[in-house]
Amino acid sequence: MSVDKQTVTKIASLARIKMDDAECERMVPELNNILDWVDQLGEVDTSGVEPMTAVMPMAQRLRDDVVDADPLTGGGVRDKVLANAPAAEHGFFGVPKVIE
Amino acid sequence: MAPNASCASDKLRANGFYIVTDLTNLGVKAIRDGVASGEFTAREVATGFNAAIEAAAELNTFIVTTPEKALEAADAADTARAAGKPLGKMGGVPIGMKDLFCTAGTQTTAASHILEGFVPQYESTVSANLWNAGAGMLGKLNLDQFAMGSSNETSYFGPAKSPWRKEGSNTALTAGGSSGGSSSAVAARLCPAATGTDTGGSIRQPAAVTGIVGIKPTYGRCSRWGVVAFASSLDQVGPMARSVEDCAIMLGAMAGFDPKDSTSLDMPVPDWEAALDADLKGKKVGIPREYRMEGTPQDILDSWKQGEEWLKDAGAQIVEISLPHTKYALPAYYIIAPAEASSNLARYDGVRYGLRDLPDGSGLQDMYAATRADGFGDEVKRRILIGTYVLSAGFYDAYYTQAQKIRTLVAQDFEKAWGECDVILAPTTPSAAFGLGEMQSDPLAMYLNDVFAVPASLAGLPAMNVPAGLNSDGLPLGLQIVGKPFDEQGVLNTGLAIEQRAGFTARAEKWW
Repeated sequence: MSVDKQTVTKIASLARIKMDDAECERMVPELNNILDWVDQLGEVDTSGVEPMTAVMPMAQRLRDDVVDADPLTGGGVRDKVLANAPAAEHGFFGVPKVIE
Repeated sequence: MAPNASCASDKLRANGFYIVTDLTNLGVKAIRDGVASGEFTAREVATGFNAAIEAAAELNTFIVTTPEKALEAADAADTARAAGKPLGKMGGVPIGMKDLFCTAGTQTTAASHILEGFVPQYESTVSANLWNAGAGMLGKLNLDQFAMGSSNETSYFGPAKSPWRKEGSNTALTAGGSSGGSSSAVAARLCPAATGTDTGGSIRQPAAVTGIVGIKPTYGRCSRWGVVAFASSLDQVGPMARSVEDCAIMLGAMAGFDPKDSTSLDMPVPDWEAALDADLKGKKVGIPREYRMEGTPQDILDSWKQGEEWLKDAGAQIVEISLPHTKYALPAYYIIAPAEASSNLARYDGVRYGLRDLPDGSGLQDMYAATRADGFGDEVKRRILIGTYVLSAGFYDAYYTQAQKIRTLVAQDFEKAWGECDVILAPTTPSAAFGLGEMQSDPLAMYLNDVFAVPASLAGLPAMNVPAGLNSDGLPLGLQIVGKPFDEQGVLNTGLAIEQRAGFTARAEKWW
């Protein structure tokens, strides 16, 4: 399978990366090189093989149903959460207006 | 050859003044034991490394240096010793921290523009474990951007350079990647040890091309909490140092169950240091025939053969094994890793942290797209696009599901092999270090650097690089040992047997 400029433009939009026509054009052969190469995976007969979901056998753990059981992942740290925000206002993340 | 601790201190005393650079030749164990015995102080050690780092700016190994943090931890170790308190597994040892670990109060960038200026408000579990064990931080080490790369050239801050050069050449060589700042700094004696992370070879490949030791433990041994995520089902943390024993000590200080990481192994951490044993009698070492790939240079094949001889000499039996899906591991990795990366890196949106690019009059969607266009480098974008494509409607099964099935087959190959051998010996890389800039135009050629490293990553197995010797250009070559799940000890012991026989004492001549 291979991609064309239109597909690259669509993927870039899905990935929320702004790319102009020239950049999309440049990316076409780069991505196709990689996709041509991974196409060899189609040679392998994988019928009856389960796709891997966990590399080590693990059971999903549940934490105790307690508020702030671990202070490192608990709440009450609003200022820390906002400390690196490019725009924080009134205790919230600031974003451009989204509703007219 | 690093002088032992007593040499260094004898010199101090005989001359009546400090030759602090001597202490920078010491490894983790020598520093820890020397501080504990009072041979020298932790402050002297930290001062020596701080000075070495300051003098080595040309290597571009550190994105940020934190000399004051190294001194602070050193003073704490010296004070604890004076008070007769225990010093911890890494007491008085200053280390370098790959800039992929969140360090509270110290900028963490993942070598990206999008995280430039990001100051974590919390400490990663692994770095916290190291500080609790008495280690101190010399600074944050350079890497490939978001750990995506095999040469350090995708770093927004420019590549770390290797201290090594070909004999008679001034060409700058790669220190490998993604943990290239770590490998360069350890090889150049700017720190006795450093943290690395390994998604598809990012500890082992840089260790191999710079002549140091590095181990990726079993997936889940070290917590990923607070490590900037690349491909979560593959990312593992590990130590990089100049001896097997130093790696065993540091891994012991890093590892352990962490309820904050849902894939953390809930198992006791063995005392790897205490159980080191290079006697391999009764052990079987597997040589995978599929790793003898066409086009592999003779020096790599020769060093592999030499490794076999060393292990026979240590008492091991050599057996040929087959890992039939080896060829498909790398292409499967280049679907799985970008797929996970495209999902993990969705968090960089210009809202919560990092860069924001808000062109005049633009809305939220434009802001996302502009921020990510400006903040991510070319290789990161390429991988996000590949990942987005293989996960998109209509292509998911053909690419992603097929790759995950092949991952199962690769893991099953290893499971079968464990019926015939205890550890596997292979080359770490398909070549010695290449020149910076040599491979940049061909992403695919760059990916092939990890052809020997990726299968163990897909299977979550412990794997390490040990230096084997120098090639005819005077550049280091490494050997890779892969072990059974949870058997870091078997890997370390095999590494020790090679280390003792290789007698690798070569070091890069100082030019920086």
